[in-house]
Amino acid sequence: MTCCVPSDFAVVENDPAAIENDGAALGALSRRLGDGTAQLEFAVPDAHCAACIRTIETSLAALPMVRTARVNLTRRRVRIVYDPTQGSPATFAPTIKAAGYHTYVLDPSQESDGDPVLAELIRALGVAGFAAGNIMLFSVSVWSGANDATRDLFHWISALIALPAIAYAGRIFFRSAWRALRVGKTNMDVPISIGVILATALSLFETINSGHHAYFDGATMLLFFLLIGRTLDHLMRERARNTISGLARLQPRGGTLVRPDGTREYVKLREIEPGMTLEIKAGERLPVDSVLLSPGSSFDYSIITGESLPHTIDVGQPVVAGAASLAGPVQVRAERAATDSFLARMAAMMEAAEGAKTRPRRIADRAASLYAPVVHTIAIGTFLGWGLISGDWHAALTNAVAVLIITCPCALALAVPIVHVVAAGRLFERGILMKDGAALERIAEIDSVAFDKTGTLTSGTPRLVRSSLPDDASAAIAAALAASSTHPLSRAIAHGLDQAPRVLDEATEIAGKGIEAQIDGATWRLGSARWCGVTDPTDGSVWLSRDGRPVGSFAFEDSLRPGAAGAVATLTARGLPVRLLSGDAAGPVLAAAWEAGISEAHHSLAPEDKLADVARGRTLMVGDGINDAPALRAAHASMAPSTAADIGRSAADFVLTGDDLGAVPFAIHTARSAARIVVENLGIAIGYNAIALPLAISGQVTPLIAAIAMSASSVIVVLNAMRLRLMTRRPRATAPGVAALKERTA
Amino acid sequence: MSGLAITIPVAMLMGLAALGIFLWALRSGQYEDMDGASQRILDEDDTP
Repeated sequence: MTCCVPSDFAVVENDPAAIENDGAALGALSRRLGDGTAQLEFAVPDAHCAACIRTIETSLAALPMVRTARVNLTRRRVRIVYDPTQGSPATFAPTIKAAGYHTYVLDPSQESDGDPVLAELIRALGVAGFAAGNIMLFSVSVWSGANDATRDLFHWISALIALPAIAYAGRIFFRSAWRALRVGKTNMDVPISIGVILATALSLFETINSGHHAYFDGATMLLFFLLIGRTLDHLMRERARNTISGLARLQPRGGTLVRPDGTREYVKLREIEPGMTLEIKAGERLPVDSVLLSPGSSFDYSIITGESLPHTIDVGQPVVAGAASLAGPVQVRAERAATDSFLARMAAMMEAAEGAKTRPRRIADRAASLYAPVVHTIAIGTFLGWGLISGDWHAALTNAVAVLIITCPCALALAVPIVHVVAAGRLFERGILMKDGAALERIAEIDSVAFDKTGTLTSGTPRLVRSSLPDDASAAIAAALAASSTHPLSRAIAHGLDQAPRVLDEATEIAGKGIEAQIDGATWRLGSARWCGVTDPTDGSVWLSRDGRPVGSFAFEDSLRPGAAGAVATLTARGLPVRLLSGDAAGPVLAAAWEAGISEAHHSLAPEDKLADVARGRTLMVGDGINDAPALRAAHASMAPSTAADIGRSAADFVLTGDDLGAVPFAIHTARSAARIVVENLGIAIGYNAIALPLAISGQVTPLIAAIAMSASSVIVVLNAMRLRLMTRRPRATAPGVAALKERTA
Repeated sequence: MSGLAITIPVAMLMGLAALGIFLWALRSGQYEDMDGASQRILDEDDTP
């Protein structure tokens, strides 16, 4: 994906049934702002530089009803405030697309305004940082020799800052620890809370009794470091979740109900009942399994079966939910409720697959479950050991608290999330969205890769590869006929012939046959061989005929996605066998496998077969169709392109926003590098404890040593995680600066 | 010792002010679009 170069695909793609072009639906999605204006948000996943911001904002601001348009580059979306009385919001999406960016509308009802958890974390982080910094100033004075009244004063001021700060910033950990303890469990927050509370209580006791050592700095700094880890973890998860849930809103969730008196009403998915008559516009997907009422029509089943060519359905025949009407508008009678439809059955199958699979526990959880009992045993051992041997119970308590502070899992708490954050950022830059850190751990462990064909390995849209037309005049007519239809092959012809579109007054589309029109006194047809008068079709699947005599033919191919062959070669070279799993027929599957360089291909698979196949071993499943969803869920790790069906995207661990399949080996490489760094980081954290713990047990740890050890280990872990960016850097032909400059000036 | 009576409250107030400014910046949405802010500086047009 090149920045700032409008892709022709984005501009061509203009689906009349999409919710983005429906002014009334957009009006309903808008948030009223009170002063007569309304606000709407669109996702712009491709925007990523200053020129992108400028292009989108200026093109939108030029519209008469737009008050302000502001791009948020972090969340890749544009917020438009407009005046509904000045014009319809239906022009927004076409305007953004004309500027060269993919876009879709976001539903504000599924979006909380801001993120309360993040806000709380950041406020707590600010308070803890403030407290740690200021207490450290006093601590430095104490360490450098303040004594007697001065030391006591400094300890008292530290206590004054620390107590409210710990109460405020520590809430997050105390709450989580209490929740776990109440149900008889323990988590990482239990030792953290015990450590912080004990350290604070002991420090307070020392302060009151004019003691030498107070650990207020240690306790607040600990909270500060832990909150950094917690906040990063949360940020990463939210960012991925936000973008993915935004993608899931592409499809309107419902259908247009046609009442017996002819009035129409939009009904939600779950309100659709069997027997209702629904109207499906061209390009719209069937919400439930239905029976066709209109005369024969063609439907796009690609998202269900993976087959790219449309199915022709006759009146009275069943149509499966998820199929898109190509000729439309058509009327259908709902046969099943949404809970009982094809989609729902797939969802049930996904759940079953989920239940059957034993997910390995996350590394951090495994570390945490070992950590708490070990640390508490050591702390109690230190307390009893010192108390019984020396008889000085005060020193015993001080040393036990020192053990708790020194072992408090700062480095451990940062070790895993910081790596995942860096990895998620790296993947995000390459257009890969990650659901959570667990997915990253799983994808690093895979031992084979399975691709779906249509829409995943291939772009899913047929491309014109050959046309045999005698002259330009017939090409112009073919293009004009093709332009009047939404059939994928017609679109391919219109796009592939590259003729200035000629407007036809009247063109009739006959499902399963083709398009017919009267042009300059002759009857022209564009469609199937037999219909165009070809008795012995040898070449091409679509023909053009004039007055019943064939003129020329067209041949198509479902082209591979960019980088498909390269991705397969890279994966194979890394020792990951690649196989192709498709519901399509043998011919196109083997052709695609051969072109992509995949040696193992399975065709005509039912969803159950795919599921069974990927459930063996540790497979990375890359798929997009509804029929892939159970397999995506059952596989050890899974990826889906952003063009995938909603259900597929929500089932997958990773979503690819770009077209390039080179992202697949990149994600695996990043995950493996990340896994290595996680292990290193855990090693550093354990190594630090191995050195610091004996010191703490033997009573050598003063607050000064605790502070140095704690921050040093955390900083080392963070720096080590940053190495991931170096490890996953792409070798570039030109220097990065030059490339960036070229992108901007383009 | 008497100097401390002035410098400590001053230091504390400065720290509190910094905390207040951070919370204000957070609330007024200045951390909403960190990537955008770094790119907008390249935009030559001053009018937003």
